[in-house]
Parts: sequence; C-alpha cells; structure tokens
Amino acid sequence: MSMNENLEENGAPAIERQAMEADIACVGFGPAMGGFLTTLNRAWMANPADSAFESKVASGMPLQVLCYERADDIAAGVSGVVTAARSIRASFPDLNPADIPMAAPVKSERILYLLDPVGVSRRPWLVRMGDRVLRRFSAMLGVRDDAFLLPWTPQFLHKGGGLVMSIGQFNQWVAAQIMASGLVQIWPAMPVNEPLFAENAERNGEKIVGVRLTDQGVDKHGAPEAGFVAGMDVCASLTVVGDGPFGPVGQAIDRHVGMPSGHDKREWAMGMKFVIELPESTTLETGTVWHTFGYPEPEIFGFLYVHPERLASVGIFVPSWLGDPARTVYRYLQHYIQHPALWRHLKDGTLRSWGAKSLDESGQRGEPFLVGDGYARIGEGSGSTNMLAGSGVDEAWATGVQLGEAVIELLRTSRSFTQENLAATYEARRRASWVERNARDAKNARNGFHHGFVSGIVGMGLAGVTGGRLSLAATIPPAHKQIEQRKIRSIKELKGREAAMLAMEDGRPLHDALMSARGWPEIDFDGKLLVSHQDALLMGGKVQAMPGFADHVVFRDAGLCIHCDNKTCISMCSGQALTLGSEGIPVFEREKCVHCGGCLWNCARPGADGKTNIEFRAGAGGFHSAEN
Amino acid sequence: MPNQFQIVVCAGIVPDPLQTLEPVTGPKGPGLKNEMMLPVVLDPWAASALYEAASLVAKNPGSKVWLVSLGPKAKLQQVMMTIAQKASFELVAIDAPVGGFADAHATAAALADAIAAIPGLETAKLLLFGGWESAARGAGVTMQMIGERLGITDQFMGVDQIEMRGDGSFEVLERVEGGKHQVSVCAGAPAVLGWATGNLPEPRNNPQIGMANMRTVMPALQKARPATLADNGLQYVSASLPSQQRQTRVVKDMAPDAIAQELIEWIGAE
Repeated sequence: MSMNENLEENGAPAIERQAMEADIACVGFGPAMGGFLTTLNRAWMANPADSAFESKVASGMPLQVLCYERADDIAAGVSGVVTAARSIRASFPDLNPADIPMAAPVKSERILYLLDPVGVSRRPWLVRMGDRVLRRFSAMLGVRDDAFLLPWTPQFLHKGGGLVMSIGQFNQWVAAQIMASGLVQIWPAMPVNEPLFAENAERNGEKIVGVRLTDQGVDKHGAPEAGFVAGMDVCASLTVVGDGPFGPVGQAIDRHVGMPSGHDKREWAMGMKFVIELPESTTLETGTVWHTFGYPEPEIFGFLYVHPERLASVGIFVPSWLGDPARTVYRYLQHYIQHPALWRHLKDGTLRSWGAKSLDESGQRGEPFLVGDGYARIGEGSGSTNMLAGSGVDEAWATGVQLGEAVIELLRTSRSFTQENLAATYEARRRASWVERNARDAKNARNGFHHGFVSGIVGMGLAGVTGGRLSLAATIPPAHKQIEQRKIRSIKELKGREAAMLAMEDGRPLHDALMSARGWPEIDFDGKLLVSHQDALLMGGKVQAMPGFADHVVFRDAGLCIHCDNKTCISMCSGQALTLGSEGIPVFEREKCVHCGGCLWNCARPGADGKTNIEFRAGAGGFHSAEN
Repeated sequence: MPNQFQIVVCAGIVPDPLQTLEPVTGPKGPGLKNEMMLPVVLDPWAASALYEAASLVAKNPGSKVWLVSLGPKAKLQQVMMTIAQKASFELVAIDAPVGGFADAHATAAALADAIAAIPGLETAKLLLFGGWESAARGAGVTMQMIGERLGITDQFMGVDQIEMRGDGSFEVLERVEGGKHQVSVCAGAPAVLGWATGNLPEPRNNPQIGMANMRTVMPALQKARPATLADNGLQYVSASLPSQQRQTRVVKDMAPDAIAQELIEWIGAE
C-alpha cells in the first residue's frame, strides 16, 4: 500500500489517497463479469500450483483479482430475462435450473399483437386499418381478448432450450461459486469512480493502470465532510470493464479515447417490469414466454415470463425512438398489464416487486474500442446486445468467457496485457464467434423504426428473415434529437396540455398528468397489483442510498434546464427521483434513484459540446430487491 | 497503558428486512417464504456490537476481534462480502441451517462450543459482545446463556456505551425504562455485553480492510464446522407478522373532517 498525492484538476488542495496493487481489477458484476470470473477461476482451480496464476504484486500468492460492484448486494440486479443460454450452458454443462431460484427451462413461446382496447394509443393510419381488419374478422383470425396470436415465432426470436431467469438470483448463484474458491474477491456497495490513465504512456496517455474508487464521507456535491475517506486507487495490470452501458468507467474511456468511426450509443430503451405472484387458479405454466407488441403504444414491446412458484415477470420496453417527450414508463406499464389478454391471467395477482433499467439498443453500432493497453471491455457496455433477437445476457456471458480464455492464454505464455496482445486473443476470439456474426446480422435490423412503426416492423422482419442481408436504411439521430416536441393540433389537446401543467403545479407527478391529459383512463388502484408509483417503490425491495456519497445525477448547466420545455428527464424517471424544482430546474433526490440511467438519454438539451446536460456519475446503492 | 482485550462478537445473520418477508409454515415449522432466496444481512443489533468492538480495538492496540457466526455457509459468505470491508476481524464460522426460529438453548450451546475452541483465547481478556436483541425473532436470552456456558457471570444487556479505564475496569451504560441509562462499573474482563444500538455510525467501506479480511474469511468458511441444532422439543403454535399492507384508496370531494373520522374508526378497528 502507498499514498498517492494527486493534484486536483480544479486546483483544490491535493488529497492523499491510499493505493493498493492487484493483478486484475474488475468493474461491475453482471453476467459478462460472471462469465469472465467463472472461466478464470476454473482454470486456476484445475491446478492452483500453476505458476501462470502466481501474483505479480503479492509474492507467493495466487493472482489478486478484485471486482467492485456499485449495488449494495450482487443479488440486486434488475431484470427478469429469457435467454437462449447457450453460452451459459456451455460453461455449466450439467446446469440444473432448479438450483437457481426463479429459473426454469423455456416451455412455450408465443408472440401476440395487442390491439388497443382503450382507444387512446397513438396508432398510424395503416395500423388502425389493420386493427379494423383484425376486429372484423376476429373469429376467423382467432383474435381473442383484443390480441392476435401470430401463427409462428420467427426463428431469430426463438429461445427454445433456453431459460427464464431472474438476473439478480443468477448473479448471486454465480458469485457464490466464484467466491468459494478464494481466488476472486467481489465487493458490493463499492462504486468505481473512474479509470486511472497512465500519465506517460506511449500512446498518448491511453493506457489504463487501474481504477479509482469513489470518495466517501462527502456531501451531495462531493465536498469532504466529517468522516471523509478518499477513494482508494487500485492499481492493476489489467482492468476489466463490465459496468454496463452507462457505467462511469466505460463512459470515461469513451470520452478519453473516443469511439470507433461511425459508432455511437444513440438508441436506448427503458425496460420496466413487475414481478407478480399469479393467482392460485392460474393456468400459465412455468416456462411460458410471451412477446408482445402493439400496445400501449405500437412502438412499445412487452413480455411475460413465468418463473417457478407462480411468479411472473411482466414488463415493457419504451424506446428512445418513441418520439414523444412524455415517455413515462410506469403508467404505461400499468395500462399494459390491464390489457385483456394479460389481465385475464394477472387479475387477482399480487405485485411482489418492481424494477427498471436502461438498455443500450445500439447493438454493434454502439461498440466501443474493445481493448486498449491495460484494459478490455465486455458485456452490454461493449455493444454485445443483439437487438434483432432481443438477447443480451447470453451474449454478455459469452464475451466474458472469451476474455477469460484470452487472459488465461496470455498468462500462460507470459505476455502482458497490451492492446496488441488483448486484440490478438480476446478481440480475435470475439470476432470469430457467434456473438459477432449475430451482431452483424442485427446491426441495421431496427433502422426502420426511425421512419415509423410499420416500416420498423417491416425492416426487422426483412433483416430477420434474410440474416441481415436486407434491411432498411436510416440515419440515426442522437438520442436527444429523438425526443420530439409533439405538435398541438387542436383546442382540445391544448386544454389537455394546460390541464397537465396545472396538475404539475399542484404537485401531481408529471407523467400522470400528461397521460391523463392525453385521454388515458385513470388507474383504479386496488392496493394489491395496481398501486401508485411511490407505493411500488416500497414493495418487495427498497432504494438503497448509503449516506456519505455525492449525487451521481448532475445537471451541468441549470440555465439549459430552465429553458427546457420538455422536462423529459422528469417524466421518464423510473423512481420519481427527479422532480420539478423552483425556476424549472429539476431536483434530484439520491434516496429515490434506482440507477436505471434513463435520465442520461432523456435530456433534450445538449450543451455546446453536444453532450447531454445530465451527467450520470458513479454512485452507490440503487434498487435492492431479491426477486428482480 | 492501554488494555489488551480479546473481543468475541457473536453475530447472527437475518433476512434483509427490506425484502418482502412472508411467514409460512413448512414441515419443519415456521419460516419465511423463499427464505433461501432472500439476501441476508448481519443482524443490525449484532452489527452495532461489531462496530463497537472495532472501535475498542482501535483505541487499545494489541487487542483483537473474532466474529463468531452461525448460519448456512453460502449465506455467511454473502454477508462477509459487505461486512468484511467495515472492520477487521477473524471469522469463526459454524455451518448450520439456522433461521429465526431456532432454539436459543441449542444456538447458545453451538456458539459457546465454538468460542471455547478458539486457539489462544484467554478468558481473563475476554469481552463477549453480541446483540441485545435480534431482528429475526429476538428471544433475548442467547447471549446470557453463552456467558453462562463459558462461566462469565458479569453480564450487561441493552448496552449503549462502555468507557474503559486505565486499570482494566470499565463503566457501562445500560438502557432502562424511561429513556434513562443504568450506570455500572465492572472490574474488568471477562464480561458479556449485549449491545443495543451503541453510539457509533456504520463504518465506511474500506477496500484495504476488506482485502486483508478476505484472506482469512474464505479459509474460515471452507473449514466451517457443520452443526445440527436440536429443537429440544420446542414447538411453535403459530407465527405471524404485523399487518403492513397498504390499503390505498383514492377519494375525491370528501371533507377533511369526514376523512379524519374514517381514519379514527380505522385505527380503532385495527
């Protein structure tokens, strides 16, 4: 251990920081890191005496591998998921889903097109025409409960042989096995603030030599208070970055080294779901998987996965290309579960938990530089998610395994973690794998949605059927330009908008006011499954916000917020952590933030540098629920 | 000259109280729904004891803390990932399928045996710390019984503060009715102290402490002795949680007085 005396960038007095050395520093614990650490750990366990695994920083000890996770528990993941699980099964050939709580084999898959039973959904005329045809010939076409069951599931969407899971429970199961060997230490509740760049690296300071942990004992602005502890520097010859699509380390690297030509993270979606205990009389079998589209808005895709013990994950994805500043998700989700096709099964159920997360839907177009001197990137933040198949966990796990195999090869051949060596081992494995092939096929699959819903479905079908050879062309605007100011077309709408503004002044949540003003029916709360947003935040898990950390959501220029008419960051905020303050500046409450990352891509006012006016920095805590 | 203490902290693990806890009755008696799926935390009462122990060690160089914990090994490992960052200790793990309904006599016996087997432990320096109560199902007697089994008769419960003196004696503040404290002076170790909440904040996570602790925690978990807790004929007739379900109802155009009256009637009915 040593002390670093770092000059602060703003000229403030230098803070003495402790530093310690490790061999491998890992950022974030999700499926990708699970794959990496499982692979590395197994290789070491096969022969703990293997000199390749001897630490370079602790003589006579095995590799010092440290993994830091922001959430206060590694079971606090926020996603119910269906995955083909081919890479997971490859790592665990004898996998018994019953060993993982909430996991079950996929038993049946179906795709439903949902009609609008309420009559408020913003449907283009072509969709309205199609809806009329479906309703008129409903008996002949088998339309039931305002839903049309597609006669087949396209091959590219199939998850046959896969699993429905809770990512939180899966992470916990994986971590318990990794930790048991003693090689790897996984530390929750310890956010990483930033990567450490080498000061005199040959390649213009692009070498990463470790990570800096977040300062503790500071006020909301980051100023030291009583009990201040400067974030420690963890120096390592390899930093593995798996902190997701909006993790602070990944963001910092992107800022520092840029993105490959033509690459950018421009497409996003907010995934929000309920975990519902189904009524005892349910006829839904464990392993049932539904994919839906068409409602509550045509662009909003939905899902229902049935776990063991009568639990179901039911949720929606609200995409960045939903051209509307009122992109509220919670209210949409409440309308979604009340669609007759779902409500038939969910009515009389009980809400057990709730969760939300931003997904990087840029796919391969959002892929950063995968390797550099001293670092490698894996998982969703590395652009591995396949947006044609709607699959991310399997791909993320695979990228982690590929890096694990690459690191083992480099250790055994005594080669260092340079950009060239990592490219020749990790990147080469990835480029030659199914992850790369599928990502390439899916690259343009969703282009059509930037022209509208119908062209989006057509484009996706084209890409899916032709394996990506045919797709629609589109220029993808930056996320903030996808937030369109909706034109007010009638006096009725104008009055509705005025009513919404009045409701906001009265303290009512913005999203509720906007949805009601648009004509969506009020939610008839039952206190059991249909509950207010704040009640949902207190069900089945709570937001954790350990004191002593700075705010991780920061508005760079308050002046831009004052002049922003949309305030989409507020209406999109999954935890109601952003509210309208005086003078029109949003107010952030860390104690309510679920770390969904939605505000980052829902800011309509970029600064002069073209970057969003909201910074999403390193922060501890977030939503804590065992069933997510 | 500072005293050198050997502090043994008995710390149970409990289901994370932030989760949905639903009592169920299974073939083995009462428990919680999906109990193995629920994340666990160090019992908050015992956690106070651990932080007090760490503070005492910091003020008395040469002192040492052992953390003795009984629970399923996988769950103990999960808790250690968080706790081991906060205070230095040596773990003594006992692998047992324990929940909030284990018999306190059997639990105390298993813990006392584990403590007695700690190599190099000197009774004359021993301070036995633990929680006065438990977030799981506070029988409130386990610490006293461990003390009895180890032959320690100076016992203090509901402790909020101790102040060490140079001669090895210490002053203890125990909670009593009326929001007051009873002040006692103990001649010195050995003693049992069942902590209330203490006065210390939860320590910051310190990666360096975590890394050092983990080098001993993982081996301790690997060699955790399995233990079977006898039920000693204990039977539970029923178990229930206080009703916590919100009964949300939206009313419009209702006079405040009428709302107040309805609330009064509702509270009365509850």
